[in-house]
Amino acid sequence: MIWYIGRRLLQMIPVFLGATLLIYVMAFYAGGDPIQAIMGDKPLSPAVQDQLRSQYNLDKPLIVQWLIYVGKVVRGDFGVGFNGRPIIEQIRDAFPVTFRLAIIAVVFETILGIVAGVISGLKKGTWIDTTLLMVSLLVIAVPTFVIGFVAQFTLGVKLGVVPVNVGRDASLQNLLLPGFVLGVVSFAYVLRLTRTSITEVATADHVRTATAKGLSRTGVISKHIMRNSLIPVVTFIGADLGSLMGGAIVTERIFNIHGIGSVLYQAINKSESPVIVSVVTIMVMIFLLTNLIVDLLYAVLDPRIRHAK
Amino acid sequence: MRSDHSPRTLRPADEHFVAPLDETPLREVDAVDTTAAPRSMWGEAAHNLIRNPVFVVSALLILLLLFIAAFPGLFTDFDPTKGDLGVSNQKPGDGHLLGTTVQGYDVWARILYGTRTSLSVGFFAMVISTVIGVVIGAFAGYVGGWIDEVLSRVTEIFFALPLVLGAIVAFTALSSGVSTFTIALILAVFGWTNIARITRGAVLSVKSQDFVTASTALGAGKLTNLAKHVLPNAIAPVIVTATVNLGVFIVAQATLSYLGLGNGSISWGSDISDAQPALRNNPMMLFYPSVALAICVLSFIMLGDAVRDALDPKARKR
Repeated sequence: MIWYIGRRLLQMIPVFLGATLLIYVMAFYAGGDPIQAIMGDKPLSPAVQDQLRSQYNLDKPLIVQWLIYVGKVVRGDFGVGFNGRPIIEQIRDAFPVTFRLAIIAVVFETILGIVAGVISGLKKGTWIDTTLLMVSLLVIAVPTFVIGFVAQFTLGVKLGVVPVNVGRDASLQNLLLPGFVLGVVSFAYVLRLTRTSITEVATADHVRTATAKGLSRTGVISKHIMRNSLIPVVTFIGADLGSLMGGAIVTERIFNIHGIGSVLYQAINKSESPVIVSVVTIMVMIFLLTNLIVDLLYAVLDPRIRHAK
Repeated sequence: MRSDHSPRTLRPADEHFVAPLDETPLREVDAVDTTAAPRSMWGEAAHNLIRNPVFVVSALLILLLLFIAAFPGLFTDFDPTKGDLGVSNQKPGDGHLLGTTVQGYDVWARILYGTRTSLSVGFFAMVISTVIGVVIGAFAGYVGGWIDEVLSRVTEIFFALPLVLGAIVAFTALSSGVSTFTIALILAVFGWTNIARITRGAVLSVKSQDFVTASTALGAGKLTNLAKHVLPNAIAPVIVTATVNLGVFIVAQATLSYLGLGNGSISWGSDISDAQPALRNNPMMLFYPSVALAICVLSFIMLGDAVRDALDPKARKR
């Protein structure tokens, strides 16, 4: 197991490097000359320009710049933003908020999605199944920003049940509705995946055997159907954390939440490349780590998969 | 020699060892016309698709959307880019089918012309991402070895960047004035990984089958084998994923233009964004483009579902 984790961590290194290089090239190289951007319309003397260039390592080849950048990132130094504040501080302030938001979304999509998917899969063809499927299709087709805005308007503005605007007070309670909205599309996918998986496993021989042995219905479902059909669902939820981080940009904008998504959105508006690169790099790291955890969870769910290599 | 139990001589092929239809408990099985030529996988799929109401409805909707996207001017007299402040924020009626926006734009006209942006971005992104994904996935799966290792890592790199996130970064890198095609290209660059993974898996499972070995034994080259035998047998799941991807790309484009990352062409996403401040007074303005977007995406998801059911005999049986 230790060896497996070690090997997987080593495999992550090229992926991490590649992803950061990709983001780095896009944000810094294709974005035009940053020195030109700093000075705006005012002409700067060539001497000052050269001095700035060497100060920010811009006179070196792109690949060297990137290596310097990665070297600093590994030590936790993401540089400073346009306002002179270290980027890592901005991220440290914003990250817990988005983390809470994502946890609410994942808990919601996992519990409701699996429960609804199991019901739908076991009652295939009944009206419950059809209704749940229709709901899931609708949720997938209507974009998150519409669902979010309508939920905010009806529950927040009209009924006053939830705060319209989260602002600085990002408590769990206030983040409940935004969390639901963030997780609602994934909920639909979890439902559909679970349903497909359940219907496949429900007709398998070992399930009939378990029933024939006299095991109760709940025993069969929880021990023999659920456990065997959850692997694709777990894979999806793990991979989904990455897109939840991306989706947070929209959700945080609707509910005015000061999380990592809003840091990114503001950076985009200001074309603040250092912040954009840092935030996306951190999101990629989180994504890679959750995928590793998911792989390790396989062994727990399916004893046939043992990573003893 | 004469046969005396029947007016004509029976040859084995003429005999039908099945009960008359109204006596049999296995109606469907016995009703199979054994004399008809067997259908191919695609023939069988097409046969099933035409009988599937989900397919018929979604295909008709997509045809209608395509027609609207091609000739939006046929359905309205208004210019979607000309705002008339004199008729700002009107309720539906009075010549304006769905009313007007704050800027005095005709809502119906903007929805019609928005179809064009959504469909063309979605379609181009789907085609480009499918080509990238199939080429990389097929190459990785078919050649194997270190090439597979490298291509799989490259796929992982792009997979680690979520679609909308990657597109946002790419957008900030580009200066203003991106064409619709560029938007599609950006989405495709970050959206091909699921196609590559599926193609690789399908190619891996097909390439070790006997008919491919037989073809190699008959002297077929690697490329001939890949093009003639492996890919056609591995392409079904790719088509299904590509159809669903089209819907995903349309949502992604709407999300981007909602966030203000667009090229200024008429788009449902930016119209929804514009409608938000006026929600209290005129909620329907948010509603109409949302419905258009939902119908469009739903059509492609349902089409993908129907095609998958038709191509997968296991799913059809139930």
